[in-house]
Amino acid sequence: MYALKHEENVCATCPSPDCLLKCQYMEFSKEDAHKEIMKVVRGEDSVVLKDCTTCYACEEYCSRGNHPYYLICERREEKGILTAPRPITNQWINMTEMQGKFMTGSVEDTVMSCCMLPELKKLGSGDIFAEIESSFVFGAEFMCPAVHTHFAKPSVIKERLPKVLERYKGLGVKKVVCMHDECYGTFTSIAPAYGMEVPFEPVYYMDYILERLKDLKERIRPLGLKVVYQRPCSNRLIPDKFPLVEKILGKIGVEVLNRTYDGENCLCCGDIVRAICGYQAADDIQKRNVDDMAASGAEYCVFNCPFCQSALSDKVSKAGLKPVHIIDLCKMAIGEKEV
Amino acid sequence: MKDILKPLVDIVGEKAVSNHEEDLWYYSRDPGVLEPKRPDYVVAPKTTEQVQAIVRLANEEKIPVVPMGNGMSLTGIVRPLKGGIVMDMKQMNKIVEVNDRGRYVVVEGGVSQGQLKAYLEDNYPHLRHSIPDAPPGTTIAANVALHGQGRLSMQYGFNSDMVTGLEVVLPNGEVCKIGSWCMGPYWFSKGPSLPDLSGLFLGWLGTTGVLTKVGLRLYPQKKLRDVEIFVVDRAELVEDIIYRLSHTEMTEDLTVWFQPKPLMFKGNYHITVYFTGDTEEEVEFKRKLIWNAVQSYIDSKDGGFMGIAPMKSGLLEQPQRTISVFADVPKGGGFEYSGPITLVENFPEYTAMFEEIAAKYNLLYAATIRVIAGGHAMMYGMSFAFNRADQEMMDRVKTALDEATEFALDLGGIPWKPNVSEQAMAIQRMDPSTLSLMKMVKENLDPNGIMNPGNWEVN
Repeated sequence: MYALKHEENVCATCPSPDCLLKCQYMEFSKEDAHKEIMKVVRGEDSVVLKDCTTCYACEEYCSRGNHPYYLICERREEKGILTAPRPITNQWINMTEMQGKFMTGSVEDTVMSCCMLPELKKLGSGDIFAEIESSFVFGAEFMCPAVHTHFAKPSVIKERLPKVLERYKGLGVKKVVCMHDECYGTFTSIAPAYGMEVPFEPVYYMDYILERLKDLKERIRPLGLKVVYQRPCSNRLIPDKFPLVEKILGKIGVEVLNRTYDGENCLCCGDIVRAICGYQAADDIQKRNVDDMAASGAEYCVFNCPFCQSALSDKVSKAGLKPVHIIDLCKMAIGEKEV
Repeated sequence: MKDILKPLVDIVGEKAVSNHEEDLWYYSRDPGVLEPKRPDYVVAPKTTEQVQAIVRLANEEKIPVVPMGNGMSLTGIVRPLKGGIVMDMKQMNKIVEVNDRGRYVVVEGGVSQGQLKAYLEDNYPHLRHSIPDAPPGTTIAANVALHGQGRLSMQYGFNSDMVTGLEVVLPNGEVCKIGSWCMGPYWFSKGPSLPDLSGLFLGWLGTTGVLTKVGLRLYPQKKLRDVEIFVVDRAELVEDIIYRLSHTEMTEDLTVWFQPKPLMFKGNYHITVYFTGDTEEEVEFKRKLIWNAVQSYIDSKDGGFMGIAPMKSGLLEQPQRTISVFADVPKGGGFEYSGPITLVENFPEYTAMFEEIAAKYNLLYAATIRVIAGGHAMMYGMSFAFNRADQEMMDRVKTALDEATEFALDLGGIPWKPNVSEQAMAIQRMDPSTLSLMKMVKENLDPNGIMNPGNWEVN
């Protein structure tokens, strides 16, 4: 069985317990933050195990790479602490079960991973993805199981992720273009944290787009738009990729406006919080987030994650902003979609 | 049986009567598992006078008459068990009157659910009726005749409770006006404050007369509708959750459903909660009350609201089409359900037995149960899917359905739109005084036993 690589001493000697100190959903003094994370480390009861909303942010806040978020998940499962209601947790486990209903295209050395989200297959089309559009995989057999961290079920990840990796290995692919941050985060953060070997080179889709935009440079017509960006939770697993958003948008003439809940301070889309805590917490988060977007004066709200887009599109529209996925913005810029 | 083709042609015209084998084949069956029963004639009247003439003829010749809406009951109610005439009512399809401010409609006996829905959407978009989750071609009259349910049954009771009057052709051919329109122009009450004679016809499955007109209550069509699904994994929690949700009086409709496929639904009981409003504020206000009502289950981790974004458009459809998808899972496109009505408190026991029966007969199931009239009862639709080309599978379904109904009746339930064997189970359990009264009604209204014979055979 795979085990999380976590160094107790790294936490014990941490000069600034940012994992909890910066948490947007729980408040701690520096001293208490250190005490509570050490309780988690030692497997003792902690308020963190009860109140964590699973926003992933502590993975980013920890500057020492000691995986506080994965540790919280582990401890919760060890103690039988559920995040979401039991029936919802089981529903997610069942829904993402491998049942042999996956799809693969004409797989080549480089393959596009559409995870288990049909929207990603639709987004991964057109001239930007022309070279890999037909070389795709889709379905639970290729799905990154990172979502189960939201439900404090790392055992599901430890059971399923090796099978996913094995299936990719069986295809003989060399590169996997991950169309969802969750997948890229799984292969580059979760897998190494559990000592799993990834038998291919994971490619983040925004890196892929940046390269393609170089090829398609002549076709780019700057959009001249002002936007805000909804950063997804799973981008916290791969914070080094966050700057790519501005790079891409800069290339297509889109200005990202500053706002309070941006970058490291970004707020969760609220969907998981709704399932875990109920509507009050989710409504509060969504309202603060959308009000902040509206106050920026942006015309568009740019999404990266289809879940965030689904959770917030209606609310964003009602606030007067147009919801759009970053890929669709790129397609607009090269004339494939109407602005 | 005497040849009555010519007299029937004289009544309705050549195009509206048939004894051709292909027509008789079609009218001998419904989509459920019960075996076909061949009629001798099929006739499609256009007017109440034609219905009267046909019934008089049948009474003289002692030939059975089976009034039929769209023939979709699934429980074989309009199969002509003793041959005779199947009277297809679909040509009597006029919407006679809408009283906007009185919120009722009067329709002829063959008006379909889909027709009325479309008519109201086009002409009275602020009004609606209680649409059952049945194919749009099913008729209003048939639905109330078997005490049907619909999307507003949670708030207002069985669809037959929404009847505001009837025009009935009695088995002797006389026309009878039932309700307030028997003494004035208005169809606002089927009975009160007069003696409620509608009970002589509603629930009798066409064995006491032919419904040629139905008055039906209409209700406000709110501008916005939304839905949430609360999920639990323990059947014994359902009763309390229904009690809490119905206590809010904020729900348009409440249904409970469970099914093992697709896998994401396995092991859970889903409570679908619909709510409406004319403004977003109203909808959100209701949503909050609904969430608050069950928040303690979320806190205890025993239940929660599931994400429904990809399913939402289907859930908001009226009627919902998903049941047709279920019917085709084993291929062959058939399904039939046992539909007892019982108290909400019986939910755990009945569902456990149902799941046991499904396993025993190796059948795929999907169960949908509607809460009636604020929680007084639940109306079950415990469906088994089957392949129409597989008689052995159909036999298993029939046996399983009978067992499920037996169990529900033993729990104190009553059967909804019962097939012949379920009627027999009900009769067997009825108090003799009830049976005796039913017998008196039947013998007096239909002394020759021509109306849908074989059903409700209390004699």
